[in-house]
Amino acid sequence: MCSPILEVSGLHTHYGASHILHGINFSIKAGECISLMGRNGMGKTTTIRSIFGLTPATRGRIRVLGNDVTTLSPHSIARMGLGLVPEGRQIFPDLSVKENLTMTARPGLDGSWAWTLERVLQTFPPLAARLSNMGNQLSGGEQQILSIARALMTNPQLLVLDEATEGLAPLVRKKIWSVIQQVKETGITTIIVDKDVDTQLKVSDKSIVLVKGRVAFSGDTSELVANPDVHIQHLSV
Amino acid sequence: MTHSRPLLTLLILIIAALTIFPVFGDEFYQELVIRLMIMGIFAMSLDLLIGYTGLVSFGHAAFFGLSGYMLAIITPETEAVSIWIALPFCLLVTALAALIIGWFSVRTSGIYFIMITLAFAQMFYYYFNENQYLGGSDGIFIFFKPTIFVGDIQILNLNNPQSFYYFVLTSLIGSYLVLSVILQAPFGQVIRGILANEKRTRALGFNTQHYKLVSFVIAGTLAGFAGFLEAAAGGIISPAHLGWHESGAIMMVVILGGMGTLYGPILGAFVMGFLQDYFQEIWSAHWLLLFGMFIIFVVLFLPKGIAGLFLQTINRKGNGK
Repeated sequence: MCSPILEVSGLHTHYGASHILHGINFSIKAGECISLMGRNGMGKTTTIRSIFGLTPATRGRIRVLGNDVTTLSPHSIARMGLGLVPEGRQIFPDLSVKENLTMTARPGLDGSWAWTLERVLQTFPPLAARLSNMGNQLSGGEQQILSIARALMTNPQLLVLDEATEGLAPLVRKKIWSVIQQVKETGITTIIVDKDVDTQLKVSDKSIVLVKGRVAFSGDTSELVANPDVHIQHLSV
Repeated sequence: MTHSRPLLTLLILIIAALTIFPVFGDEFYQELVIRLMIMGIFAMSLDLLIGYTGLVSFGHAAFFGLSGYMLAIITPETEAVSIWIALPFCLLVTALAALIIGWFSVRTSGIYFIMITLAFAQMFYYYFNENQYLGGSDGIFIFFKPTIFVGDIQILNLNNPQSFYYFVLTSLIGSYLVLSVILQAPFGQVIRGILANEKRTRALGFNTQHYKLVSFVIAGTLAGFAGFLEAAAGGIISPAHLGWHESGAIMMVVILGGMGTLYGPILGAFVMGFLQDYFQEIWSAHWLLLFGMFIIFVVLFLPKGIAGLFLQTINRKGNGK
C-alpha cells in the first residue's frame, strides 16, 4: 500500500502563548480533493501554515509521502511537492506574468513536467493574453488565476488553495471555481479552504471540519451533506 | 527588467554623450566624469542590494575601499602590476570578504541588517585607519596604474587619460549589461520576488537566505571593481573610502537616482557629481546647505528619484497618444 500524500498526526500549533491547534489528525491519499472547513478563527489557515512550515508545529508529526517534514524549513517542504495558493493571492507585483510563472517552474518529484508554461497558458487563456503585463496590472481575478497557475508550475503532488475566491466579485468567483474544478480534473491532490461552503461541498470528495483547533468531522463529503446537524452546528453562520 | 524604447533611447544617448565627451571636455571635467562613471558602477552595485533584493546595506563602502587597498598592496612601489594579476586578486579578496560578511548579515533583516553591515564596515575602517604599514589615516599611494599586456603587446595604456577614460566607460557599460542579464535570469526573478514578499518566495521552494547571500557577494564584488578603478584613477586609497560617510553618500546617490532601475543610480551619480561641483562654485563656504536642500526636494517631490521622473514623463506621453 502506498503512503498517503499527506499525513498529519497530533498536530499542535501555538501563536506565542495562544494554543491554536489541539492535536489535529488527518491524512490525504493521491487524487483526493479535500475541503478543510470551519468558521473563522477555527484554525484552517494555521493548519495550512503549519503544513508548509510557515508557522512551525509545536508538537505532532507532518509527513509528506512518508517523509517527516515537521521540522523542515518552508522552502524544503515546498520542494517535497507541495504547492500553495496563499490567502490574498500574493503574486509578485513587479514581475511580469511570464516571470511570475517561469520563476517557479520546476519538474515534479518524479522529474516529469506535467505542467509546462504552454500547458498552463492553454489551461488559463486569460494569462496568455497578458503575458508581458506586470503582476500589479492584473485584475483581482486574473491575479488569482496567476497565483493558481504559479503554484501549478512547481508541478506539485499536493495543491493547497487557501481562500482562493476571497474578495472577488461573484462572477469572478464563479470563474475561479471553474478553474479549481479544472485543476481537480487533472488528478492533482488538492486541499481547498474557502468560505463558500456550498460550492466547496460540491467540488470536494472528502471534508474535514475544524472547531476550535480540533477535528469535529472527517469523512466523505457525501456523508457531511447527508448529516445536516454537523453542517448547521459547525458551519452555518 | 525590460528596456522600453524611450529607455533604450536614453541609454544610447548617454553612451553616445559619454563616448564623445573626451573630444570636447577639458581635462578637469574628463577626470570628473571618470569619477562619476566609477560612482555609477558603485551605485549600481548597491542598487542590486537595496533596489532589487531589499537589503539596505550601510556598509557597502567596505568592499569599495578594501579592493582599493588590495590594489595598493599588490602594486610594487617601483613598477606597475599587470591587470591580469591585480584585478582578479582585488575581486577575489572582495568577494571573499562579501561572502563572510554576507553569511552573517543575511541572517538578519531590517534595522539589524543595517547595523551589522555598518559594524563590519567600521571594523574595516578602524583596521586600516590604525594600520601604519598601510599609511594609517593618510592612506597609501598607488604610484603606477596597472598595465594591460597580452604577450608583449600593450593592449591599452591606462596612464593615458583618454585610454583610462574609455576603459572606465567600457567598465560602466559592461557592469550595466552584466547586471541586466543577472536580473533577467531566473536568479534575478527570485531576488525580485524576495524584495516583494520573502515569505511567499520561501513558501514557493526557494532558500531565500542563499539567494540573498549570492546577491550580497555579487554586489560586494562589483563594488570592489569600482574601488579598484577608483584607486587606479586617484592613485591613492585611504580609510575615508570605506567609512560610513562613503556608504551614506553612495546610498544617497541610489535614492536620488531611483532604486530598482540600474540606470537611475548612474543618473544619480552624474546629477549629484555635477551639482556638487556647481554648488561649490556658486557658494563654496556653504555648498552643503544648498546640496541638503536639493536632497530634501528630491525626497519630498521625487520619491522614486530621477529615474521615476523619467518614467513618469514617458508614461504620460504614452497615455497622451
